[in-house]
Amino acid sequence: MAIEQSVSMATAKDSFFIAAADDARPPRDWTETVVAERGEVLLNQAVNAEYRHLVVRCGPVAAKAVAGQFFQLLCPHPEGEQPFLRRPMSLYGVDPAKSEVEFLYKVTGAGTRGLALIAPGDRLDIMGPLGKGFDLDPGLRHIVAVGRGAGLATLAPLAKAARANGTRVTAIFSARRPDLLVSVDLFRGHGAEVITVTDSQGTSGPAHVERILRGLIADGRAEAFFTCGSSRLMRVQQRLAREFAIAGQVAMEQQMACGLGLCFCCVRDFHVGGEIVHRRVCWDGPVFDLMEALP
Amino acid sequence: MTVDLAVGIGGLRLANPVMPASGTFAEGLDKAVDFDRLGAFVTKTITRELRTGNPLPRVVERPGGLINSIGIPSKGVPYFLAHTLPYYGRFRPPLVVSISAPTAEGFASLAAELTRPGIAAIEANISCPNIEEDGKAFAMRAASTEAVVRQLRAATSLPLWVKLTPNTGDLPEVARAAEAAGADALVVANTILAMAIDLQTFRPSLGSVMGGLSGPAVKPIVLRQVFQCAQAVDIPVIGCGGISTAEDAIEYLLAGASAVQVGTATFVQPAAMTTIIDGIGRFCEKRDIARVADLIGAVVTEEADQPDLAWVAPAE
Ligand SMILES: Cc1cc2nc3c(=O)[nH]c(=O)nc-3n(C[C@H](O)[C@H](O)[C@H](O)COP(=O)(O)OP(=O)(O)OC[C@H]3O[C@@H](n4cnc5c(N)ncnc54)[C@H](O)[C@@H]3O)c2cc1C
Ligand SMILES: Cc1cc2nc3c(=O)[nH]c(=O)nc-3n(C[C@H](O)[C@H](O)[C@H](O)COP(=O)(O)O)c2cc1C
Ligand code: FES
Repeated sequence: MAIEQSVSMATAKDSFFIAAADDARPPRDWTETVVAERGEVLLNQAVNAEYRHLVVRCGPVAAKAVAGQFFQLLCPHPEGEQPFLRRPMSLYGVDPAKSEVEFLYKVTGAGTRGLALIAPGDRLDIMGPLGKGFDLDPGLRHIVAVGRGAGLATLAPLAKAARANGTRVTAIFSARRPDLLVSVDLFRGHGAEVITVTDSQGTSGPAHVERILRGLIADGRAEAFFTCGSSRLMRVQQRLAREFAIAGQVAMEQQMACGLGLCFCCVRDFHVGGEIVHRRVCWDGPVFDLMEALP
Repeated sequence: MTVDLAVGIGGLRLANPVMPASGTFAEGLDKAVDFDRLGAFVTKTITRELRTGNPLPRVVERPGGLINSIGIPSKGVPYFLAHTLPYYGRFRPPLVVSISAPTAEGFASLAAELTRPGIAAIEANISCPNIEEDGKAFAMRAASTEAVVRQLRAATSLPLWVKLTPNTGDLPEVARAAEAAGADALVVANTILAMAIDLQTFRPSLGSVMGGLSGPAVKPIVLRQVFQCAQAVDIPVIGCGGISTAEDAIEYLLAGASAVQVGTATFVQPAAMTTIIDGIGRFCEKRDIARVADLIGAVVTEEADQPDLAWVAPAE
């Protein structure tokens, strides 16, 4: 019907088009569901040698973020560097009552170096919430979350949401060294059981993680997989998911410019219905069906 | 005072002069911007056939700008007609469809197929490789520009906008060729051919080696090109390049643009376009300019007395 209404508008090139102001159509009700706002930084501190914890006071739209969604942060410029684009960061925590969002980030380049400079009381331009988050079926009794590196940040709000549903979580955390593991206490605080594996202890290899996962499956503790941050561990879960018909979701990363599905720079290949298709990580994801993801 | 923001572009009246640049706009922006406030919609360039776009990485940032080699991923015309067209039908601003094809013939048949209700104008992106000319973009030369625009003109009764490339020696000549062949308006310009190299790997930063520079870094160059083109032709020129604030947009209007397109700025500030619309309105109000159209081409270039010193009569 909407098309018919505009029919009269597209005629010969000389006819004047109706300006929006005198358009007969009534204004639509529109409310923004993504905002870019200058939130007040409440905390920005190191949690270990690699990760920093950032807490920002935000407005009501941002505070509606859910597990698996992300924000695009406009990072301050560190001296001598000019990061131009925003940087994507997963939601690490959200408190709608206090209007706060949290991030856990690793200082890797110009943008995150700039982020590390801000102090409580400063303003930070956060844009979000963006993307499709985890789909957590409240009927699940026991799920497994497997994360490595910054992937642990992405899974953290999932543990909280699972607890609210009465779903039990077993988390397998992977890192290079034990001192680089983050969020272990946070997950335990949400009632999750946490198993840690590290490169330095020789426990993080896919074969070892597969043995742990097989044990959880045998115990009936793996009704679904949720994973982020490691393609090796994702492949292990895909194999087990196929073998035991277990559902799963994975949060993916890709370099991003807009975060809103406009630019098509964040595409990745996915395996869908026997075909390889491109999808935009920011728009179609960042959370995808475990079986459709390609490393 | 209420400022009249409306502008006319070759038979099309826009409620205000601000619209998105092709390739930097899609449905997702509706989450952050009230679409009914825009002057027009401009789609990502579409092609007849399905295309996947260029290899990754497709974007690299540089101070003040972005180099992209997205290419033209396209779901093809049937998808566009079935999904994209009805989607935009529910909003007020007119829909401008950006098209591309590897041959003049291909451009014409695509324009003919898209000459249908719901589409207000065609924007021909002639900055992409022309296979008949050994991969040189149509818009790089006046002769190939004239040839493709002539075929397009014969194929559609819709207003025809032609988007030029800044990567040519004599842009005003190309602009005149497009006008002579029947373009209703010119979009100046597409991205500036550019490159970046990764010092860790010694490899080009983009998967396809070269890409197009956009963002604040290109504004002074494209502003000059808009000025030159507006002098060269009688049809409206739409300015596009590095606009991120109302001040940028006003500079373009003063240089001779009848409207502006905003691209890369939206990636950094999703509400850039509506912020710019508001800012243009405030600027006109402050200076008692009743109609935004009065700003078009109002740059003062003739000789005048020495202006008052800034500290005696500050501008603002
Ligand atoms: C959806 C999503 C969620 C993320 N969540 C987190 C998180 O919670 N914590 C965290 O520490 N990191 C996270 N990342 C990775 C983080 O965005 C990058 O580490 C960060 O952008 C690097 O920026 P930089 O300026 O420090 O580095 P630079 O080297 O300057 O980055 C250059 C460019 O590459 C992009 N880029 C670099 N690395 C990555 C990457 N791994 N993924 C995507 N883009 C990248 C940047 O956006 C930027 O455009 C996430 C990435 C995505 C896509
Ligand atoms: C990611 C990206 C994709 C683009 N895709 C197209 C396109 O499909 N068709 C087109 O005519 N221009 C395309 N452009 C060029 C823009 O429309 C515009 O001409 C250019 O970015 C300059 O404006 P800006 O500095 O405001 O971004 C693209 C630009 C960017 C940054
Ligand atoms: S970052 Fe632009 S489409 Fe995903």
